Amino acid sequence: MTLVRVENLAKSFRVAERCPGMWGAVRGLVARGYRTIQALDDVSFELSAGELVGYIGPNGAGKSTTVKVLAGILVPDSGRCEVLGRVPWRERRANARDVGVVFGQRTQLWWDLPVAESFDLLREIYAVAPADHRRARGELVEMLDLGGLLNVPVRQLSLGQRMRCDLAAALLHQPPILYLDEPTIGLDAPSKLAVRSFVRTLTRERGVTVILTTHDMDDIEALCQRVILIAHGRVLSNGSLKDLRTQVSRERRLVIDLADPMAEITDPRATITAREGARVTVSFDPDRVAAPELIAQFCARVAIRDLTIESVPIEEIVAQLYRENGAP
Amino acid sequence: MARLVRLYMHYAGISIRSQMQYRASFAMAATGHLVVTGFDFAALAVLFRRFGSLVEWSLHEVAVLYGITHVAFALAEAFARGFDVFPAMVRDGSFDRLLLRPLSTAFQVAASEIQLMRIGRLTQGLAVLGWALATGGFSLGLAHWLLVPLAILGGACLFSGLFVLSGVLSFWTIETLEVVNTVTYGGVEATQYPLSIYRPWFRHLFTFVVPLACVNFLPGAALMGMPERAGAPEWCLWLAPFAGVLFLLASLQVWRVGVRHYTSTGS
Repeated sequence: MTLVRVENLAKSFRVAERCPGMWGAVRGLVARGYRTIQALDDVSFELSAGELVGYIGPNGAGKSTTVKVLAGILVPDSGRCEVLGRVPWRERRANARDVGVVFGQRTQLWWDLPVAESFDLLREIYAVAPADHRRARGELVEMLDLGGLLNVPVRQLSLGQRMRCDLAAALLHQPPILYLDEPTIGLDAPSKLAVRSFVRTLTRERGVTVILTTHDMDDIEALCQRVILIAHGRVLSNGSLKDLRTQVSRERRLVIDLADPMAEITDPRATITAREGARVTVSFDPDRVAAPELIAQFCARVAIRDLTIESVPIEEIVAQLYRENGAP
Repeated sequence: MARLVRLYMHYAGISIRSQMQYRASFAMAATGHLVVTGFDFAALAVLFRRFGSLVEWSLHEVAVLYGITHVAFALAEAFARGFDVFPAMVRDGSFDRLLLRPLSTAFQVAASEIQLMRIGRLTQGLAVLGWALATGGFSLGLAHWLLVPLAILGGACLFSGLFVLSGVLSFWTIETLEVVNTVTYGGVEATQYPLSIYRPWFRHLFTFVVPLACVNFLPGAALMGMPERAGAPEWCLWLAPFAGVLFLLASLQVWRVGVRHYTSTGS
């Protein structure tokens, strides 16, 4: 079942440009120059129930703009968008009941209030029945280990603690759809892992549909079955992580630790891409030569202490895609 | 509706409790407010002692108008000041958070800030109004007594409407526009006195554009049993306070236009 449908979405912003210096400031009062930024050019995708989709792209690619349109905060210039059959910006309030939104850079909680009071207020805002609220809250407190944080004012929480509380706050009204905008930004390793394992449980056990925007490819590798990559407001790739890889490069790498650092190692079907002391990195195309065959070749000719086989890191893949599409 | 009232009380409770965390600061702000506005009226009384009357108006008569204006303004300040601090929400992007919630934005902005310290001006205004009505020798029937809260309500709505309008401008410009403030505070100053002492264009501005006269001078004249000084049919004077309510409703429509502009520009 399709929960979210986005078709040919376009959105541009007009940004006021001010000339530098005193003269510029004066001129800005009279006539202001504007520059148009095409945040979304032609974005289309669909989300089915229970999917966890990664939404990636370089800074300024239009990720947050898409999330804002889906949340009903922003009206696009053209194109269609439906969330659970509703147009988000036309039925903003009804849409709000069915989605949860977490902005990593900005808390949705009340800064001066203890966490528990924010939760109480959210119950009333979303008109959740007391019994439902108690159950949902109890589950979230347990899953996110919030027991010790409930009476702490939000401003006193660490970033990781705050993010866990924000996740709970976005889910108290039990929305079937969750938008996570950079939920792991700035978090330490244990907090990142906690957020990831929570999101995984959420989709696997609760069937919540999630859009995750992030710059952290570990988030993507750990969580997402599907990745949508955008740059300059256009979708460049939409498919599994494996598809994304093969789209850019099928290259695999063999990292070999030689017993004798001076030993020569060559094969016409592979190229040496790095050599540091006894460690040699060799790349090859698995379509031309199978890994076992290549390894057997090398083992027959030189003494090898250790050997690992790698794919191109997803970071490199993505960086290359960004580069090819002229991103900064 | 009942749900919104409950929710408003919840928001109000939070705002009041956070103000009560700084008890001393609250007490000083409220007392300071009382003293400053108290001096304000004392200065007025001194002028009257010196000059006897203002055109045809006695101190008691002016005090009725003064009291209505200040009580109404204090109520608006207490309940609609959220719109005044609202431009900061647009600038730092926290307005987006309000749009994520299944509630009207105007409700959330109004509920986000309830300024208890305005009790200072409120107390002073009520004291002046009470004193003037009790000792001014007016003959007040039941209808007159009902007109007092009606005028105050109309005035509170009107000043709230002005706060909404000043907030709405921040959807278009991040520079704070002093125009609305001039009307708001200028209006408070001007309507402390009978409008009949001013020039016609000024009277018309505050009757038909920003209908401050409708919530103050006009019902005030009816209240004090001197409709002839208002220069309008008496039934108009009794209905005039509703202009304040209409002004607020119109301001909220402008607010909606502003929100629509915001969501389509994202700035």
